[in-house]
Amino acid sequence: MSRSVWKGPFVDSYVLKKAEKTRESGRNEVIKIWSRRSTILPQFVGLTFGVYNGQKHIPVNVSEDMIGQKFGEYAPTRTYYGHAADKKAKRK
Amino acid sequence: MARIAGVNLPTGKRLPIALTYIHGIGPAAAASICEAVGVESTRRVNELSDAEVLAVREHIDANFTVEGDLRREVQMNIKRLMDLGCYRGLRHRRNLPVRGQRTHTNARTRKGPAKAIAGKKK
Repeated sequence: MSRSVWKGPFVDSYVLKKAEKTRESGRNEVIKIWSRRSTILPQFVGLTFGVYNGQKHIPVNVSEDMIGQKFGEYAPTRTYYGHAADKKAKRK
Repeated sequence: MARIAGVNLPTGKRLPIALTYIHGIGPAAAASICEAVGVESTRRVNELSDAEVLAVREHIDANFTVEGDLRREVQMNIKRLMDLGCYRGLRHRRNLPVRGQRTHTNARTRKGPAKAIAGKKK
């Protein structure tokens, strides 16, 4: 089920504060955030966020298409390189 | 024989059933079309007059995205997700389930037929 509209989009307040600050300073630096659950708002477009994936901050350039999705969607938390070839099968 | 939205020519079936042969029109949409055009749902395609076929065709052209256009639209939506680099896009790229289903077992619709793993027996 999707979130009730009357509540508005969920964003951790510190993300808003940080975004505003970098907006004002006008500098393009990576905004480190841990809040993967925050919604991407229209005023974040053009900024770069470092979204934490449990290990490091993944730089995410926010574009217009991303509005409405969560930051976590852009920083995968799992690494999977596929299964290594089976050794036993090779020997035979 | 009636050609609607390009290639579709189902005949001898009731109109609401025949319309579902068009990609993008299911039972509900087909019923609503019949109602809007004013054709009873018991009428069969080969019983329709040319004027009625024309009316159906125009109604579909005006109100529905259908066949090639619909397929293109869906592909564009998928491509957009893949270009964004978001989780859903990654899943589409790897041909894995997109909506959080398990992949330990099942997920065969997306993964295709099971591949045998060499040397797994005992």
